[in-house]
Amino acid sequence: MSSRADSVPELRQPLPLSVRLRSGVAILLTGAALMAATMLLGTQVSEYYYLAAYTILQFVVLGTAWNILGGYGGYVNFGTAGFFAIGCYTTIVMDKIFSMPLFFDMLAAAATAGLVGFGMGYLTLRLRGVFFSIATLALTIVLQTLIVNWSFVGGARGVYVLRPEVSGIFVSYVQLLVALMVGLAIFAVLAAWAVEKSWIGIGLAAIRDDETAAETCGVPSLRLKLIATTMSGALMGMAGSLFPYYVTYVDPATAFSLAIAVNSIAMPLVGGTAAWWGPVVGAVLLGSAQQILTVTISSAANLFIVGVLLVLFLTAAPSGVVGIVRGWKRRRK
Amino acid sequence: MSATILEATGITKRFGGFTALTDFDFALLQGERVGLIGPNGSGKSTFVNCLTGTIRPDGGSLIFDGNDITRTPAWLRAKHGLARTYQIPRPFRGLSVQENVEVPLRFAVGHTSARAISEAAQVILDQVGLSAKADLSPKGLTQVDLRKLELGRALAARPKILVADEVMAGLSDSEVDEILALLNRLSAEGISILLIEHIMRAVMMFSQRIVVLVAGCKIADGLPNEVMQQEEVERAYLGE
Repeated sequence: MSSRADSVPELRQPLPLSVRLRSGVAILLTGAALMAATMLLGTQVSEYYYLAAYTILQFVVLGTAWNILGGYGGYVNFGTAGFFAIGCYTTIVMDKIFSMPLFFDMLAAAATAGLVGFGMGYLTLRLRGVFFSIATLALTIVLQTLIVNWSFVGGARGVYVLRPEVSGIFVSYVQLLVALMVGLAIFAVLAAWAVEKSWIGIGLAAIRDDETAAETCGVPSLRLKLIATTMSGALMGMAGSLFPYYVTYVDPATAFSLAIAVNSIAMPLVGGTAAWWGPVVGAVLLGSAQQILTVTISSAANLFIVGVLLVLFLTAAPSGVVGIVRGWKRRRK
Repeated sequence: MSATILEATGITKRFGGFTALTDFDFALLQGERVGLIGPNGSGKSTFVNCLTGTIRPDGGSLIFDGNDITRTPAWLRAKHGLARTYQIPRPFRGLSVQENVEVPLRFAVGHTSARAISEAAQVILDQVGLSAKADLSPKGLTQVDLRKLELGRALAARPKILVADEVMAGLSDSEVDEILALLNRLSAEGISILLIEHIMRAVMMFSQRIVVLVAGCKIADGLPNEVMQQEEVERAYLGE
């Protein structure tokens, strides 16, 4: 406790703005490149690549959305499929009442799923740890039961959705879907990056480490967690809103699929939950592996590979790819 | 005579059938240094938890700085200027030492500029003697350093009242003296300090007033020397 003024290193300054914004610029540039590829490759490649890209991008959005609450705040949400389905069925309802451009479906899905996220947060965020997770699982089951019994949106039989004619600069409807998904992925990753670097991210990190101590330091935990559940839910809903036009036939079993919930947890864990790029890396890694296995071996291998990779990472690299890269950088210093 | 900054009246807390704190009255003046002592399990930490909002008392009221805070959530009490340390250190293990101190600077004090926060954090780390370890993870700190971090984090909240819950446990005599010197400086700046401590030397040196809790009841409240001579206090500490 003696005054150590002599041994204190020079006052460290926060990083300059240009360095702090570097990641944001990188996200935008990557997104722009993806968007250009989507538009230019329109007729050059098989449509399969578009469908595969769509699925991977969808999981970039879902994994990133899950990570805002689960990775930054430490609240494990098992109900991703519920929010995804809310987005999905919002589009179906919109489509039945008044057909609108897809972009408005996305906005409506964001509003609905965000609202449900807020409500779920308000009701369940006083529960901690595994109790919160169980509550999110229960929410999914309640929602699925509601949809199964709601004949207006097809009930248990499911519902067909007709793709409208595509016009303008797009050569196919799938290309339009991929373009929208690229846009949504950029938006989601930028949002996660902004949260991570802002006071919200710091507060969530404190909550994740010790919620009681965080409150003692003035962190308004309920408010921050509600911001996280709302954002996370809205992004998941937006990812789901495009799904009916992607598959053209939706039934509750597909919309509430276990694979969605498992993947959105596994991808951030494999990629690393501590940084915005962790879920992106995880989604690209696991997503492509699944696509390749589906084509080469069988579609049943899908969840199997997720399980194997998850066990491998949790035992060998519990902080995911982010942890590996950070450890490697530290050793090089 | 300074103004009363805290007035707790009739604080009662039950855990199931066990009454941890019974009808406890406590007042604190601005800039006052008070020691709260008592055997293990006498209700000291229960009172601190009720005071800072970690738990809700079953009865009684708390007036802090003229406002009734009996129902105020913990984070808002911290913002109003009630800071505490934890008896068992509770650092944010995923953040660096400096980032730990930055959390209250950002949330309790309400600084927004990254530069102001970073500078203020470094001043505080220097105060508690942790500036050489600013970039480390709390996982690598010793028990002593963890207690210093607890104190630093409480100081960073710019408190009007600082509740120091056993910050000196496990420290050497000279380190105890350094912490006492720091607490005395804070007190001179007008911060009221409630010291909960088992090291009697520190309590006697530091406190202007001592409150003794035994089995959830206040048995003494007065000048240190007078309190320590009371028969009940002697009995509680030394037995019959």
